[in-house]
Parts: sequence; structure tokens; C-alpha cells
Amino acid sequence: MTSTNARIGVLALQGDVREHARALAAAGAEAVEVRRPEELAAVDGLVLPGGESTAIGRLLRIFGLLEPLRAAVGDGLPVYGSCAGMILLAQDVLDGRPDQPLIGGLDVVVRRNAFGRQVDSFEADLEVEGLTGPPLHAVFIRAPWVEKAGDGVTILARVGEHPVAVRQGHLLATSFHPELTGDIRMHELFVDLVARRPARG
Amino acid sequence: MPVKRGMAEMLKGGVIMDVVTPEQAKIAEDAGAVAVMALERVPADIRAQGGVARMSDPDMIQGIVEAVSIPVMAKARIGHFVEAQVLQALGVDYVDESEVLTPADPHHHIDKWAFTVPFVCGATNLGEALRRISEGAAMIRSKGEAGTGEVSNAVVHMRTIRGEIARLSTLPADELYAAAKELRAPHDLVAEVARLGKLPVVLFTAGGIATPADAALMMQLGADGVFVGSGIFKSGDPAKRARAIVEATTMYNDPGVIAKVSRGLGEAMVGINVGELPAAARYADRGW
Repeated sequence: MTSTNARIGVLALQGDVREHARALAAAGAEAVEVRRPEELAAVDGLVLPGGESTAIGRLLRIFGLLEPLRAAVGDGLPVYGSCAGMILLAQDVLDGRPDQPLIGGLDVVVRRNAFGRQVDSFEADLEVEGLTGPPLHAVFIRAPWVEKAGDGVTILARVGEHPVAVRQGHLLATSFHPELTGDIRMHELFVDLVARRPARG
Repeated sequence: MPVKRGMAEMLKGGVIMDVVTPEQAKIAEDAGAVAVMALERVPADIRAQGGVARMSDPDMIQGIVEAVSIPVMAKARIGHFVEAQVLQALGVDYVDESEVLTPADPHHHIDKWAFTVPFVCGATNLGEALRRISEGAAMIRSKGEAGTGEVSNAVVHMRTIRGEIARLSTLPADELYAAAKELRAPHDLVAEVARLGKLPVVLFTAGGIATPADAALMMQLGADGVFVGSGIFKSGDPAKRARAIVEATTMYNDPGVIAKVSRGLGEAMVGINVGELPAAARYADRGW
């Protein structure tokens, strides 16, 4: 990966923020934490980390980030969500809380905790479309899967029949946690996606 | 191991709340808790009522598991590996081998490697934390003094652990053997901590946190997240206090937010001064 000047935020309300920041830096980006609307306005891309989607969604609303984020996604801001981040990016969630705030934008329905509770969490080697090299070692923790994907959504990887990595234009989402493994290829893919986006006026 | 330790990484920056009923669990989830700790009595009541404190009734744990969609933790007694087996069979997401319950074994903690479910354990200092990690703990919490509403022990334990880590990272490699001996911890873990400058697992804080400012204090002292036990449901307005502690934990570096959320919370839990506790009533001394 060549070094870029991309400044990529990690939503830092709750979750494994540091791990994503480290992976982004290793992939050649400048990583910054985002907790406020003005910090969101200053990034070229955003990562929604793993964490508890209900808690993060609630904090998005309280700290006035939900509407600015929806607007930014609509405006083409590249966003990558892992696990809880995939849920937050989805248009709809099954087995979530009825009042759970979502950012939306990614034309998928995800099923929360689809693979089960913590005792069902697992690791797997995945073939991911768009990544070169050996299969990606993926860590699934109380992970969601994509239940239904719209026509504009490319499925990058599956576990069994269930999509676990998807892309739709400037939006990228995985059920698993590449930030925990030291393999930075998903982050390189995202940094590349951010770098290719035409500069904003 | 990535699955067990990774689960704790996902809880970072969040608040884990003690609950004793499905209704309390829902209040905690509504307030933005990242997980709940299911137990029969909160530590303040265990103190007040005395007697042997054990793993909770499986019916009650099941009720809480079914009531919420966030992870559920539950406590087993120190060394009581069968209670831990039962909790794993019930499908809880994390077991807390906890000094708040009456210890079942005065010499041995649970061999946590033998389980699929991950464990969190308390520690008052670095050596204790590393002994628990060597037994398989995937998450550490500073012990504090549970059920008092007094934060001083949590502060001491967090400063001690962080201070001992900082000292290790200044030592030349050949002095880490003696350091391991002093810490009564395995050399490989001591060397790993010296190299990383942090524990190899997530470090939360617990024990005596009762206010939003307490939670933010612990975060500023370097905690990855916060357990609140009696502090919420022993206060005047639990739902409001729970929300305030969650928000202060996220914005721990922003005194303006902490001031705002600290207003009008009603009465905090009454509390006990740790200095007035007789030695036998100090939970932090349990564990070896």
C-alpha cells in the first residue's frame, strides 16, 4: 500500500477504536477519533468500529451525530463498518431493538447476533473478493450477517450461504473484525476507496 | 483466544451495569449499557445482609438473558469451577470470577483455559492481574471496594497497575526475570507487558463507582471501560443516573458534558467509607 494523505476518522463513542486506528495507520492513512460533528466534518472517510450497536446508536443521537452522519453518507463520504458498524450502516436490522437508531445508507437488512451468543463466536479463513494473497483470517464475535442485500450491493465474502462482507459504492461493511488480527488488507481496501474519491469542493 | 479477548475489546469505552431483575436489565440496556452483570444481590446488599454469596439462580439469569439483546455476564465464586460450568451451559457471554461472592477455594482460582466462555477477573495490582491472565482471564478489572460507593480503592488499584506497567517498560530485559519473581507472575507475561506498555487484555475498572464524575475519573486514569455495581440501582433515579454515567464515560475528557449530565440526578447511593470497613469486610483482599 502506498502512503496516502487520507485523513480517516474512527467513530469513538464506544468500541474497539484503538485497534481500527492502528490498522488505518498501518495502511497508510492518518487516523483521528471522531466524537463531535465538527470532527466528522474534517475527515475524508470514517470507520464505524466494533462495539455494542444499541449503545453506539443511542450515543450518536445524544451527541448530535446521527443526522450529520446520515447527511455525510448521503453526500458520498466513504464509510467502513465492522460488526456493530455493519449494523449501524444497514437500512434495517432484525433482532435489534425496535427503537435502535441506525445511520442507514447501505441497502442491506442485517440480522443482529445472527451467529449466536459469545459461546458461539468463532474464527474462519475467508476468501474475500478484491483481496489478493491468502484467505483472510476472520474473527466473528456475536456477529451479524446480511439477511437481504439490494441490487447495488456486491457480496465480497460469505460464511455458508450468509454474506459477511459487502460493498456498495463508497460503503464497505464486514460482520467480522479485521482490526483484531494484524492483517490490514481490509483497511488497505478502505483507504484505497477513500483515496479514489474525488476531492470535495 | 482472539475470540475471548476480542469480545472484551468490543466493550471498551462502555459501561457494564449490575442488575438483579429483567426489569433492571432493560433499564440498563435503554440507558446504553454495553452489557449487564446478572446477580442475585448487588454488592451493597451482600454487605448489608451478610451470609454466603453464591452464583445466582439459573432462572433469574435466564430471565435476564431473555430480557435484553446486549451481552450478559454473571458471577461465579473464586475457584468454583462448577458454577462457571453452569453459567457457560446457560449461555452467558462472560463469567466474572468475583471476590464479591464468597470464595470457594482459598488457594486456587478457576482454570479458565478449560472454558469456551471468556472470564473477567479482579486485580488490585499488576502481579495479581498477570496471575489471572496466566490462568486464562480474557479481561481484567481493577477491584476497587465493591458495594461501598467509595471510589478510592478503584483509584489506588488503577494507579498501581498502570504505575507497575510503566516501571516494567523502563527495565532492561535482563531485569525482567527478577521483576517476574517480585510480581509473582510468569516471566513471558511480564516480558509481554514490558514490550506492549499495557496489559495483553482489556483493563476495566470496578468497585465504588457511583457518579458520572467517578466514571470519568477512572477513564482519565486509563481504564478501558467501567463496571457500575450498586451505584445505579441503589440511587434515587436509576434510569437517569445510568444514562448520565454512560454519557460521562464516552465524553470522559469533556468537563462540560460531565457537568451537564451530573445535574439533577437525585440522591447518590449512601455509601460506606472504605477506611471504616474492618479487614474481614474488604472484598478486595479476596483472591490470591
